[in-house]
Amino acid sequence: MGLVVGLFLSPFIADTFVMTGKQTVEQQIEQILREALHQIQTSSVADQIQSLTVQYLGRKGQVTQFLRNISHLPAEQRPQAGKRANDVKKILEEAFQNRLREIEDSQAAEDTGIDVSLPGRAAFRGALHPITQITRRISDIFSRMGFDIAEGPEVELDHYNFECLNIPKNHPARDMQDTFYVSESIVLRTHTSPIQVRYMEKHEPPIHIIAPGKVYRCDSDITHTPMFHQVEGLVVGEGITFGDLKGILTAFVHQMFDTQTSLRFRPSFFPFTEPSAEVDILCVMCRGKGCRVCKQTGWLEVLGSGMVHPAVFENVGYDTSRYSGFAFGMGVERIAMLKFGIDDIRKYYENDIRFLRQF
Amino acid sequence: MKISLNWLKSYVPVQWDVHRLADALTMAGLEVEGLYDRYDYLKTVVVGRVVRMSPHPSAVKLKCCEVDSGNGLIPVVCGAPNVHVGCLSALALPGTILPGGGVIEAGVIRGETSSGMLCSEAELELGPDHSGIMILDAALTPGQSLATALELSDKVMEIGLTPNRADCLSFIGIAREAAAIQNAPLMFPEILLPETGDDIRQTTSVTIQSPDHCPRYSARVVGCITIGPSPFWLRDRLLSVGIRPVNNVVDITNFVMMETGQPLHAFDFDLLAGHRIVVRTAAAGEPFETLDHKTRTLNEDTLMICDGEKPVAVAGVMGGCNSEIGADTRTVLIESACFNPVSIRKTSKFFGLSTDASHRFERGVDPEGTLFALNRAAALMVELCGGICRRGVIDEYPGAADRKPIPLSADAVNRLLGTQLDVRTMDSLLHAIGFDIKPLSSDQREVVAPSFRVDVSRPVDLVEEIARLSGYAQIPTTFPVIPQSIPTGYAHRNRKRQLLELMTGFGFSEAITYSFVHPHASRHLRLKSDDVHMRTLEILNPLTEDQGVMRTSLIPGLLEAVYYNITQQSRNLKLFEVGNIFISNGQDALPDETEMLACVWTGARHDLAWHTSDVVCDFYDLKGVVEALLKALHIQPPLFTRITDASRPYLKKGYAAHILCNDRVMGCIGQIHPETLAAFNVKQPVYGVEINVQHLFAEILDVHHNTTAVPKFPSVSRDVTLIISRSIESMQILLAVREMNEPLVEQALLFAIFEGGRLPADKKSVSFRLIYRSSEETLEDTVVNDLHTAISSRLIQRFDASLP
Ligand SMILES: [Zn+2]
Repeated sequence: MGLVVGLFLSPFIADTFVMTGKQTVEQQIEQILREALHQIQTSSVADQIQSLTVQYLGRKGQVTQFLRNISHLPAEQRPQAGKRANDVKKILEEAFQNRLREIEDSQAAEDTGIDVSLPGRAAFRGALHPITQITRRISDIFSRMGFDIAEGPEVELDHYNFECLNIPKNHPARDMQDTFYVSESIVLRTHTSPIQVRYMEKHEPPIHIIAPGKVYRCDSDITHTPMFHQVEGLVVGEGITFGDLKGILTAFVHQMFDTQTSLRFRPSFFPFTEPSAEVDILCVMCRGKGCRVCKQTGWLEVLGSGMVHPAVFENVGYDTSRYSGFAFGMGVERIAMLKFGIDDIRKYYENDIRFLRQF
Repeated sequence: MKISLNWLKSYVPVQWDVHRLADALTMAGLEVEGLYDRYDYLKTVVVGRVVRMSPHPSAVKLKCCEVDSGNGLIPVVCGAPNVHVGCLSALALPGTILPGGGVIEAGVIRGETSSGMLCSEAELELGPDHSGIMILDAALTPGQSLATALELSDKVMEIGLTPNRADCLSFIGIAREAAAIQNAPLMFPEILLPETGDDIRQTTSVTIQSPDHCPRYSARVVGCITIGPSPFWLRDRLLSVGIRPVNNVVDITNFVMMETGQPLHAFDFDLLAGHRIVVRTAAAGEPFETLDHKTRTLNEDTLMICDGEKPVAVAGVMGGCNSEIGADTRTVLIESACFNPVSIRKTSKFFGLSTDASHRFERGVDPEGTLFALNRAAALMVELCGGICRRGVIDEYPGAADRKPIPLSADAVNRLLGTQLDVRTMDSLLHAIGFDIKPLSSDQREVVAPSFRVDVSRPVDLVEEIARLSGYAQIPTTFPVIPQSIPTGYAHRNRKRQLLELMTGFGFSEAITYSFVHPHASRHLRLKSDDVHMRTLEILNPLTEDQGVMRTSLIPGLLEAVYYNITQQSRNLKLFEVGNIFISNGQDALPDETEMLACVWTGARHDLAWHTSDVVCDFYDLKGVVEALLKALHIQPPLFTRITDASRPYLKKGYAAHILCNDRVMGCIGQIHPETLAAFNVKQPVYGVEINVQHLFAEILDVHHNTTAVPKFPSVSRDVTLIISRSIESMQILLAVREMNEPLVEQALLFAIFEGGRLPADKKSVSFRLIYRSSEETLEDTVVNDLHTAISSRLIQRFDASLP
């Protein structure tokens, strides 16, 4: 009913604003709004909306006409009627736009599109070996603390691997490292410490280096492979103390694991350091409660360390009254086992692609 | 080393809980690796009461008992003469493992069910009696655990000693540490040794011909010995630390060694020719039968204990059969000596024979301790074997030396440790473990280490003692000042990191293979004898034959990995490795270590997918990776030239290329030769690359490139298709275009190759697109057309080509 009235009445009364029936000017514009909104709501085709837009907001549209006729109103009514008519125009413009969008969206929904669940065309990336990843993390931590990185040969002179490190021939300390021999005087290095000796021969203190690399020992079982990786470190300078050793290793462990991982320094023996310490960390699996990984002790042995033995300094010609230093070393496989929860060290060297791709 | 707590208590009062003691020992440097209950094996042995008993129907000596186990009646067949109704005995339930190794199981004994065993004290190693079952106090309750009922309790600590602590390879040594830690007294056993008769120097002598190898040799002679089993307490002591009792004399030498750390040896005095001892090195090639009944060939470095005629023991390692203590032995010569650690170690290594004695001598025994141990053993032989000790002792001591005082500065200790320990604290810590301290000033000390601390000779050794006894936990944690410095080798490491990232980006996973390979690997690579990669470095003592030589190529290791993965059903593989190869310069020189990058690709080009068909990878897949890698590293495009010579024989001829940069071969690429694959049991084609990393990085342009301006004017493309001989490599045409140096030719691309069809068999058609551009102006069609025609005709002429 309103629709019919609107269609017929509006043009008819437009030019005069004579009271038609009982409608005031205000009532007229409100009615236009009401009817327009109703029509918008009941339209379901874009074309219909287009023609309604013309009918109301077009050059000859009802709202346009109304605005144009405001000048015929008494002066005191004009501002209010004008303001309301402009509001109505804005309301309708928005209503047309929204409805049009709704119609478009509902039409788009009918297009079934593509199967987005199909796997994408693989941009496949390989993986770095876990040992490489952990070596990097260790190196990065020490680099940030100001350590330089040194490297050296894997096939090494007995002289550098043992003699310079205060491990003479026929000393029981040689039993601590089962050695692969190439000849009487040449071995596969059993640790990366010879790198440190070579470095000290070429550099004067202060020295802050780590030496990562492959090492070899003739031992093979679930916790030993004949080849494995180490990162060793060396700090030499004036006034370097055992306390400094504790500090650097604590800083390392807290970055490698987390700040909750406490450390325990336990007296031990290495021929090239004195005093020497094994460094245990609070078991990262059970947090010290005791579990299979830590053999119920709550502690995990991860580092060997100590103050550099004066005999080593004497061998490289350092003044032992002036310089002191500390050295430390860790097995990368061991750290990686803890970080990745791997229980069989041999997995690292099978190179099973299903293993490698997990890292 | 095993330490029984009960035994330890003979030398030191243990006030602490055993766990606290174990922790304290660990934190003092004597790592307690294990702590267990000695009577764990009695867990399933309970007090049982024989309730009923009847004769065994088919065996006269056996009885069928019903035994109250506290948890129901259990049928047990028993043969002991002393079993009777109502008696309480030790009932081993099924699952018990007897100390002798026997396992108790429920079963049938000659037709009668038996679900347990009534044991004698000998069977349970609780006493010497094996004549019948244990008869227990009638006041005990069936079902009670036997260990509880008899109040059996002992803890055994497994101590992992570091090689420097030779002094702790004994109960007294460990007791000394435990005493210092607990601030308790150390108690030595009292020795009462009655001596009888003439002085032994009248009947025997010791001559040391190699004083360097034998600084001290002490001996006594005990006669009238009756060889027999040791009393139970002695056997019990030995069993508590895992030593099998043998006979009273041998048990006493073992007991005293465990007590004092001094290895002893007992000779049958009557078997010593001339009743004398000569210590000398052996004659090379001399055979000698050791106590383990193995005949060993001596060398001239072997120190031997000899009698008047012949060797009777390998000094410090093992005795000989020819002077062994036997049931008839009446007189014993006890040796308590000190040998040179290096000499003993050499001998032990030479024979591959490590004994409790050699273990101690290698690490160094107390030269001042020989007499104490000798007297202790002699006294025990008098007490336990009915022996009579001859008067006097032989004590040859050519190596006697004063212990040098070690200077100690308290300030130096604190400076090294970063502590503020009081000098008196240091004094008392050292004093507690037997060091003599002579104060020189408020800071300076002269310290003499006890003779059993053969590991202590330098001031820093004293620092270690002070540090470990005051506790590492007491040392404050500090941080050194680390000055900024310019890192060395930074560029190489960064590039290597980039190389690894790029390879994984290309879909390759990193493998790490062993640096040693099978000696046959070079044969599997089909290498000629003059190939540099034949220069393999041998390992003298490989664990297995397939780890016998250092690798001269990464390819064998990767092919092993390929084979392994295929056996695991992974057939599509892209693997790479960066690592050293080792080219030998002879076994007595260090090899050349060269860092190489190698990759292998086998199987499908892509993982199986809905959008592409299953295509097998080929040469060009891998070549594309190399090209992209070099491009990403900012290396000029390399040349790939067909391998025509005999190098790289593990690549299939005609399917392999050298990779050249600036005329230098930096690597090779190709299909792995089928014979090589067969040697590694790989049955599918594999493509491989090997590149020298150092050569690769040398090609990287270090300076930043001059960026060229993005062109302002449009390009024009013209295609040309040539029909040429199949033998012409397409790259030659592109090179020919490049060599023309036409300024307007911006790029030449190959975009189609066609063989077969209507083309003659020896021809192929190749299509190129030339892209023309001027940096000055928009090119006119006519200019481009003329130039393109000219270039095309030059190519036609040069390659004897025709147009389609
Ligand atoms: Zn744990």
